[in-house]
Amino acid sequence: MLGEGIVKGLAETARNFFGSYVEKDRLTTVQFPEERLPQAEAARVFPFLVYDTDDMEKGLRCVACKICEVECPPRCITIEKSTEKKPDFTGKPQFYPEKFEIDVSVCMSCQICVEVCPFEAIKMDTAFELSTDDRFGGLRWEKERLAKPNEYYRQIHPMEAAEVDEQLAEKKAKAEEKHAPAAATAEGAATR
Amino acid sequence: MSAVADRIVELTGDAGSGQLLEISMGPHHPSTHGVFRMNVELEGERVMKLKPVFGYLHRNHEKIAENASYLAAMPYTDRLDYMCSMTNNWAYALSVEKLAGIAVPERAEYARVIVAELTRLQNHASLIGFLMQDMGASGTPLMYAFREREKILDLFEQLSGARMMCNYMRFGGVRVDPSPEWLFEVRALVGRFPRFLDEFQQLLMENEILMSRTQGVGVLPRELAVNAGITGPMLRASGVNYDIRKVDGYGIYGRFEFRVPLGEHGDVYDRYMMRVLEMRESVKILEQALKGIPEGPVMDPKARLRGLRPKAGEAYGRIESPKGELGFYLISNGTHEPYRYRVRPPSMINLTVLEDMCLGRSVADIVVTLGSVDIVLGEVDR
Repeated sequence: MLGEGIVKGLAETARNFFGSYVEKDRLTTVQFPEERLPQAEAARVFPFLVYDTDDMEKGLRCVACKICEVECPPRCITIEKSTEKKPDFTGKPQFYPEKFEIDVSVCMSCQICVEVCPFEAIKMDTAFELSTDDRFGGLRWEKERLAKPNEYYRQIHPMEAAEVDEQLAEKKAKAEEKHAPAAATAEGAATR
Repeated sequence: MSAVADRIVELTGDAGSGQLLEISMGPHHPSTHGVFRMNVELEGERVMKLKPVFGYLHRNHEKIAENASYLAAMPYTDRLDYMCSMTNNWAYALSVEKLAGIAVPERAEYARVIVAELTRLQNHASLIGFLMQDMGASGTPLMYAFREREKILDLFEQLSGARMMCNYMRFGGVRVDPSPEWLFEVRALVGRFPRFLDEFQQLLMENEILMSRTQGVGVLPRELAVNAGITGPMLRASGVNYDIRKVDGYGIYGRFEFRVPLGEHGDVYDRYMMRVLEMRESVKILEQALKGIPEGPVMDPKARLRGLRPKAGEAYGRIESPKGELGFYLISNGTHEPYRYRVRPPSMINLTVLEDMCLGRSVADIVVTLGSVDIVLGEVDR
């Protein structure tokens, strides 16, 4: 019969319409600004720099090795290396970035900088409402704006951060072990 | 004038008005799936000539990749066919693995199959939605398709961190190990998906309007399809049994049991049905892959992330992407950048026969035929 297919289709539409009141599967939308879905833990939006302790200048993990600057596909990272060194979390003197800038408008959130960083210094943020009306300064983020404490990282990526913390603690323990006998012999030499 | 009149008689069988009207459809026409332009010559409502104009979305993809490391091109491949970034990643990873001789661990192969088939599900579902949208069924089928697509994209976000720009695969494996919870959710989704397919079929398949608008429209003969290098569901709708998953058996596709649906008439309705049937086969593959996924590493321990310098040589890796044969041709000269990087995009090559499918038909049929080709302009123009 002509029109049978259309009637069948309309029955399907009706099923979906009434079903949306009872089945969560059929109504997946939320009223966005008021209601928000939880973000996935793996979510990535824009990179930030991690620092330990409370002092951003002292605790920054980045040692300005410039690997991310080279590997970044759209080349949106600019780093200027410092001239003098400062001690890192194991006490070893390292360079630090005098200037670290990321162009938000160029970054494509691919996470390659995070993957290539050997110092666990750059991670992905999950904050996503980043619009600004300043298209020159406001899109070029400086070190001060990029740096965020490790606590924040633990908050947004709890599982990943726990793993990183473990690795860093291991590294630190190893460095201290190496350092301790050396210090003891130096002390011994001084008393002699 | 007489030449024009002759052509009109040749194509339509009658003299018509004897006048031609040249119009430009696109590049911002709502039914052109992006920024695609067609220069159309019309006699009344009938198409006499159709010239596709590409390039409005050209982004220099190949040249950018030739001036960056092998790894740096990976996130750019997401942006080729932005509906299915996972399969793009796979095709590129496959050709670099061929070039550099990198092996892929078992678990990673299974993860690749799972994400690729999920990609096929969401691409075909939304394509059918778009096709209905082009026919004037504004909204309902598209929204149902997008509802299901969103569930799959949520899974992609949990796995790779991004819904569409997944950047998930690496040379020698995949970036993230799929967790047991994630696999559990995929199993749940795959279990629910046939119900959606049944409903979708119920909604559309017997619809008289759909049938009268698609059957016998945009017919692509078998010989022309083969000669023009058409691949994917479009080729199979014309009745040619050619699926690279079967022909090459790349990855681990040789282990799965699935059938290749074939069309008969090569019209828009066959192409629509091809997508519906392929989704059913994808669900079968997914069930088998989810059952068989072994434990183990997801990255080849020898594969390094940075500083990949393949020996001088060339490689062509191809996969059956949801749209057709997607291939990456690479030439290495031993440095960390590819000497030549070429993409073989399925949607662009499938688009080249558009004129042959539309000649003598009406303007409304162009829209439907174009919708059934399944193009994404990000891939056509690169």
